[in-house]
Amino acid sequence: MPAEVHRIRLPALLNLPRVLQYAPRMVAFIVNGERREVDRADEVPLAYVLRNDLALPGTRLACGLEQCGACLVLLDGECRYACTLPVGDCAGRAVTTVEGLADAERLHPVQQALLDHNAAQCGYCLSGILVRASALFEGNPHPSRDEIRAALAPQLCRCGAQPRVLRALDALSRSG
Amino acid sequence: MAAGSDELPAALARHAELDLWLQVNADETLTVRTGKVEIGQGLTTALALIAAHELDVPVSAVRVETAHTGRTPNEFITAGSMSIEDSGSALRQACAHARRLLLAAAADHLGEPAGRLEIADGWISVPGGNDAVSIWVLRGGRPFSYRIETRIEERPPAVPPPRQQRIDLPAKIRGAGVFLQDLRPPELLHARVIRPPSYHHRLVSIEAAGQPPESDLAVHVDGSFVAVTGEDEYAVNRFALRLQARCRWQQQAQLAGEPLGAHSEAFAVVDGTPVEGPVAPLGFAPTLTASYSRPHIMHASLAPSAAMARWDEGALRVWTHSQGPELLKRTLAQVLGVEHRDVEVVHAPGAGAYGHNGADDVALDAALCARARPGRPVLVKWTREQEHQWEPYGPAMRVDMAARLDAGGRIADWSHEVWSYTHLGRPLPGEAGSNLLAAWLLETPIAANVAKPRLGREVGIHRNAWPLYRLPAPRVVKRFVAPGPLRTSSLRSLGAHMNVFAIECFMDELAQLAGVDPVSFRRRHLSDPRALAVLEAAVALAGGLAGNRGVGLARYKNQQAYAAVVAQVAVDEHSATVRVSDLWIAADAGRVVDPDGLINQLEGGAVQSLSWTLKEAVRFSPDAVESRDWDTYPVLRFDEVPEVATRLIDRPESRSLGAGEATQGPAAAAVANAIAAATGLRVRDMPLDADALRRAAAR
Repeated sequence: MPAEVHRIRLPALLNLPRVLQYAPRMVAFIVNGERREVDRADEVPLAYVLRNDLALPGTRLACGLEQCGACLVLLDGECRYACTLPVGDCAGRAVTTVEGLADAERLHPVQQALLDHNAAQCGYCLSGILVRASALFEGNPHPSRDEIRAALAPQLCRCGAQPRVLRALDALSRSG
Repeated sequence: MAAGSDELPAALARHAELDLWLQVNADETLTVRTGKVEIGQGLTTALALIAAHELDVPVSAVRVETAHTGRTPNEFITAGSMSIEDSGSALRQACAHARRLLLAAAADHLGEPAGRLEIADGWISVPGGNDAVSIWVLRGGRPFSYRIETRIEERPPAVPPPRQQRIDLPAKIRGAGVFLQDLRPPELLHARVIRPPSYHHRLVSIEAAGQPPESDLAVHVDGSFVAVTGEDEYAVNRFALRLQARCRWQQQAQLAGEPLGAHSEAFAVVDGTPVEGPVAPLGFAPTLTASYSRPHIMHASLAPSAAMARWDEGALRVWTHSQGPELLKRTLAQVLGVEHRDVEVVHAPGAGAYGHNGADDVALDAALCARARPGRPVLVKWTREQEHQWEPYGPAMRVDMAARLDAGGRIADWSHEVWSYTHLGRPLPGEAGSNLLAAWLLETPIAANVAKPRLGREVGIHRNAWPLYRLPAPRVVKRFVAPGPLRTSSLRSLGAHMNVFAIECFMDELAQLAGVDPVSFRRRHLSDPRALAVLEAAVALAGGLAGNRGVGLARYKNQQAYAAVVAQVAVDEHSATVRVSDLWIAADAGRVVDPDGLINQLEGGAVQSLSWTLKEAVRFSPDAVESRDWDTYPVLRFDEVPEVATRLIDRPESRSLGAGEATQGPAAAAVANAIAAATGLRVRDMPLDADALRRAAAR
């Protein structure tokens, strides 16, 4: 039988570096059209703030390295990785997360397209793909198949649902 | 009767209480329970379709509860593409009994003979009659209190089966907090673990410096198990990074193991089952021999593994995305030294796992942290680097093929020898050691179980080593190698990816030698009409095999779904990079429950297999695993994904066959065969990347 895991009082073991003693200050920004204020140090990545302070779990954390795209958000309409984006950089600016894509009950066209095509397996990658696709269609309502592929290249999906996502977005590109 | 058997499905025979499987609720919903879990494969949608069909209620009325120990039927594990065959067939039969009981109750209520009554959309009536009663009124909120003892007739299948939207998808599309990682119960603590640089490092000391802050952060150390807990996730993660830099480790050994091809425990495999005893030597002079290989590859789930645990006065509750919650319950109890009845394990969705990844390990991490901070839930998430470095990999494999062709160009002798490390490193109850990672690191460690060869039919290393083709006395040899340099376990399709790759590449090589096209050569050796049908359907869907195309064919485990894949490649002359432009898939999974879900699994499996086959290899040095993230372990991206078309051969008269792993092997072989068609180069060592092509060209 293993020993109990000990809870060691921090002062007994080591001391925290100064960087952790961040001085919180209010950061004010717009999230999905609403003004929000958070009591956070500038350095805290936006994804943590969204998920833990603002109850917006749709921005998924999956690598923390800007490699997989699961945490993608729009900052003033531009794609940014929320896993590393300091919340301080968002001050006074507008953030759109996957939760902000739909207009109340009406899904964003890219959401509807993926839903119509059952374009997912586990769905962990979906949020980032949807945000990326919304940005693509915002700038180019009728992207070609290759443009869709190239735009989505930074987004990882490990289940192999990419062909469905491509078909869904291709169909959206041809419609309307 | 669809299943063609008088026996109850095994899970139903073990759990015969109807109320355990389903309950009709007063709020006009139907709850169905499964001991299996949703891992992105669409299980909950398929089970909802089965229940909705059998009881004729809307799919939207069905709620599916997945594995929760003590609450759902114990179905051990979600693996081996068995969920529709196991849980689906049990649920279908349970629903058939519920239907009969509801019709009998309605007969009393309406004063009509049960034989005249039908259910439509939850209402029971004599067709065309005026009186009707809903199943919700008849049974809502009240148990059946009925024990299932005999098998009864089920409803005939819907032909064609309906296309269904995934029931879990709307919430995911909106970014709802549906994943385990999103759980935020009151009083939640976050935790990070700090791992040694490799399996073989142990903690010597942790250095201290500076001034302590006022903080709720706590550090937990037990031997070489180190964790940080605290209320703020970011503070925990930041501090864990700093702490990691202050840990001093001692390396006790290097990452090394037996190479594949030297020492092994050998077993002759007969009709898919290894037998003990001496292995006959190769008893013929081969016309052709070829050796194929694959490196270690990863599950590499998109989300690092996570688990939440809460410890209350000796009772432990764990939320996990493990594929085996019932097995985890007992193995956790073993390591923690508690009674397994004091452990409750609840499945919660994670990212796709594709087998035994870090899910079980992180559950022990969470339990250890929860025990150190009792009375509060603790959520542990691994880092990307931890997932890449510590998950149990799909093991490296090697297959040596040999065959002799007769004068008529038929295979007269056949030999298939497969070497690999264990594919079954899961934590299993009842073993002396523990395969849960943190158990090895504790002050009083529990060592990993010594891997041993498994001799079940179609398991592990020899999965699909037995040929699908009708061949005279095939010689098939399983060669179990231990120890390997890396921790290994079950990765989707297990040995089938490599064995089918080798068989199907070798069939093409033999066809070329015989001067026959690949399809004719396969047809010559096929006696199973269903196998032939999927082969011909895939080739027809592709419009033939001319050009840079190749095909691969298999029946998963020689007993589940049939799949054939045609691939078309483009090979860049200068960079030697391979791009798969198109895949055409044909499959026969017996009776189709959820056609779109089935296609999704077949396509996803094929695309994932392309990633493994073209790009993936776990890199390691003597000191550590060097594949630490998506840059050092690249996988297939959107701009490399082919166009895919799939055709299903529905066989409503046959039982449903598991299909989640059916395309991994055929897709891998199809690509290698297409590369050979495009370049004349036979690339036999995965990954089939530019280096491999150059090596093949230099040969």
